[in-house]
Amino acid sequence: MATILVHVMPKPEILDPQGKAVGAALPRLGFDGIAQVRQGKRFELTVDGEVTDEVLANVRKAAETLLSNPVIEDVVQVKVVREGGCGCGGNGGGKGHRPAPENGAKDLLG
Amino acid sequence: MTARIGVVTFPGTLDDRDASRAVRLAGAEAVPLWHNDADLKNVDAVVLPGGFSYGDYLRAGAIARFAPVMDTLVDAAHGGLPVLGICNGFQVLTEVHLLPGSMIKNEHLHFVCRDQTLRVENAETAWTSEYREGEEIVVPLKNQDGQYVADERTLDMLEAEGRVAFRYVGWNPNGSRRDIAGITNERGNVVGLMPHPEHAVEAGFGPDSRESGRTGTDGLAFFTSAIKGLLASA
Repeated sequence: MATILVHVMPKPEILDPQGKAVGAALPRLGFDGIAQVRQGKRFELTVDGEVTDEVLANVRKAAETLLSNPVIEDVVQVKVVREGGCGCGGNGGGKGHRPAPENGAKDLLG
Repeated sequence: MTARIGVVTFPGTLDDRDASRAVRLAGAEAVPLWHNDADLKNVDAVVLPGGFSYGDYLRAGAIARFAPVMDTLVDAAHGGLPVLGICNGFQVLTEVHLLPGSMIKNEHLHFVCRDQTLRVENAETAWTSEYREGEEIVVPLKNQDGQYVADERTLDMLEAEGRVAFRYVGWNPNGSRRDIAGITNERGNVVGLMPHPEHAVEAGFGPDSRESGRTGTDGLAFFTSAIKGLLASA
């Protein structure tokens, strides 16, 4: 079993009303210094068996046809995340670091 | 001959009954069409009504576009079948690429519900022939994801080809590009708009008119336009 992440963002030229609202709320809660927020979508697709080139091509196609609407959104990332490794570069380690969900099924199941 | 106009119901559709009622008040037979049935029941035209098909999951209209009824509908629309998409129905028409562009959240993020003035920019479509070009009408508007967006090239093309069917007048309620409230395809048989003509078809239940409260019936001509066109070609 492997998980494939699909990351979709509003196109840069499209105004992102949700991101704008979140950005406006941050200073009200005392989170200063954040110049802009844009809000996207993250999909986690769990597949049976190995992630072959064919499987990945299929997921990319799904990302571009169903998971995103090319008129308003870009697929910015399609990434394979295998069980036990998040492949997100660096493991945080700072105070308050919590494992990201992609750290694997064990974490999710507690 | 009585024209038969189909009204599609998806899970989460809300305005199918009002749309059917509008069809009947305009003088046609309303034929219920079910999302999971590819059979269009030999109807002469189709209305995709408003609501929140599939809960607006993923994007408004994104899941509905894959319903079995849509496969048949897309082919029929390419063949010239008059199709009207209202609100969520408009969103479905963009997701299935019968109309260009897309809808995103309203600029101000609020759900809007109001009587809205529109200008009829194209009175030659299957759904607007009973209006005059430039005529202003008032119909209810109610949406959260109503901001029409498309790239500049597409917007310029829509303008140049006269395919902006309706524009917001007085106030742009959702930040739509160039005040666009509704558009049509090249052939003029497919029309989509965010406001709700089916809610302005009978005195007592419509928006306020100049004369008195709740008497506005400006939406009725959408349906009489389609019926007249169908009878003329029969």
